Amino acid sequence: MGGFFNSSVGRKVAMALSAFFLMFFLIIHLAVNITSLFSANLFNEMSHFMGTNPLVQFALQPVLILGVVFHFVMGFVLEIKNKSARKIAYVKNNGAANSTWMSRNMIYSGLVVLAFLGLHFADFWLPELNYKYIAFNPEEPTRYFHELQEKFVPVWRVAAYVAAFILLGLHLAHGFASAFQSMGASTIRKKTLQTFGKAYAIIIPLGFIIIALFHHFNHH
Amino acid sequence: MDLTLKIWRQKSATDKGKMVDYKVTDISEHMSFLEMMDVLNEQLVNKGEEPIAFDHDCREGICGMCSMYINGEAHGPDRGVTTCQLHMRMFKDGDTITIEPFRAAAFPVIKDLVVDRMAFERIQQAGGYISVNTSGNTQDANATPISKHAADESMDAASCIGCGACVATCKNSSAMLFVSAKVSQYALLPQGQVEAADRVRNMVAQMDLEGFGNCTNTGACEIECPKGISLDNIARMNRELMKAAVLK
Repeated sequence: MGGFFNSSVGRKVAMALSAFFLMFFLIIHLAVNITSLFSANLFNEMSHFMGTNPLVQFALQPVLILGVVFHFVMGFVLEIKNKSARKIAYVKNNGAANSTWMSRNMIYSGLVVLAFLGLHFADFWLPELNYKYIAFNPEEPTRYFHELQEKFVPVWRVAAYVAAFILLGLHLAHGFASAFQSMGASTIRKKTLQTFGKAYAIIIPLGFIIIALFHHFNHH
Repeated sequence: MDLTLKIWRQKSATDKGKMVDYKVTDISEHMSFLEMMDVLNEQLVNKGEEPIAFDHDCREGICGMCSMYINGEAHGPDRGVTTCQLHMRMFKDGDTITIEPFRAAAFPVIKDLVVDRMAFERIQQAGGYISVNTSGNTQDANATPISKHAADESMDAASCIGCGACVATCKNSSAMLFVSAKVSQYALLPQGQVEAADRVRNMVAQMDLEGFGNCTNTGACEIECPKGISLDNIARMNRELMKAAVLK
């Protein structure tokens, strides 16, 4: 199996597996966040559970971080390898004639998402780590909704989030079906997968955009 | 029609090479692209200049020799054709056409528009075959029942002519469409099962060794392939390699 993951096909499969994991995580993340649109209490309850449950904190969270790091590092490694496979560039190349912008620019949409993650971690994850594990503040189960709303007051942050989610959507628009193709999905399922993938690539980022805008305009 | 051609000239494998402009006049729209190149070469020879080296052989779209990256696309702007099947009616009077060799680290330029595609041969040698006893008691191939569906799919995969347009087109210079077609044509048939695991493993290993890039599923290869080889073959190759990794 070691040899398999060192092969070009194996690396594709590894990228796809980490992508599946991250795409599943996005569904969970959106499901939790969407509760903030209609119930501050429910959002607080779910956030409290996620923030204090040892299984989530000390098992799932490290796996998630590893998944994110792996996907990005592998993405860069593959990009460098792919670039070195053509040392002299074409004088004229008409990429738009045979492929989508999304498929040709996964590294750039990915870099935007990476930059966004830096901001997102600085906004929520680092303060959360500080609150619980450095400052050792007592847990207040009702603090989460307020913290969320506070973050979406500045227009620049909302704009940055919206822009990043659009790029995430473009990344997913190619990434979803691509991950299945790498895992060997056959023709029969391809059309369904592509339709489902496009729906996923619109619904997930749109959900996050709505949440960011909602809290920006409904801040109390 | 009168055309301006911007063509890559490179004296040898070690020469740096550069784009050179040429004018050709009175080109018929019925000519093939290679015939247009013949006209240009005749002009160059008559002027005492070195003609442009380009690969060609059958000139009927089955040998896979003619290459050329024309106006930013492998085999030019038409679909499902090789360069010899590309007609000048695809262009307009006064057009400027950019002509480059197929670019990939694994396809080094030998001269002008001629590239070395021996990497494909070495991948084939690594496993693109079945071992059959030919000592005189060879079993008739038709004695083994094969479903129509599998036979058709295998024939579709086998129609790959190994031209390298997939590599030239791919932004990653990946050879996965070619390799997957060669893996698939046997993987779909009972005769290919005995060596299936070793075949896919060895061919993928050789592909990686040659320095081709990784597939990122842009699908450009399928669009530019003159024989319409499907991306399904890449999915099948991925399945075959996963199966080989698990079984052995």
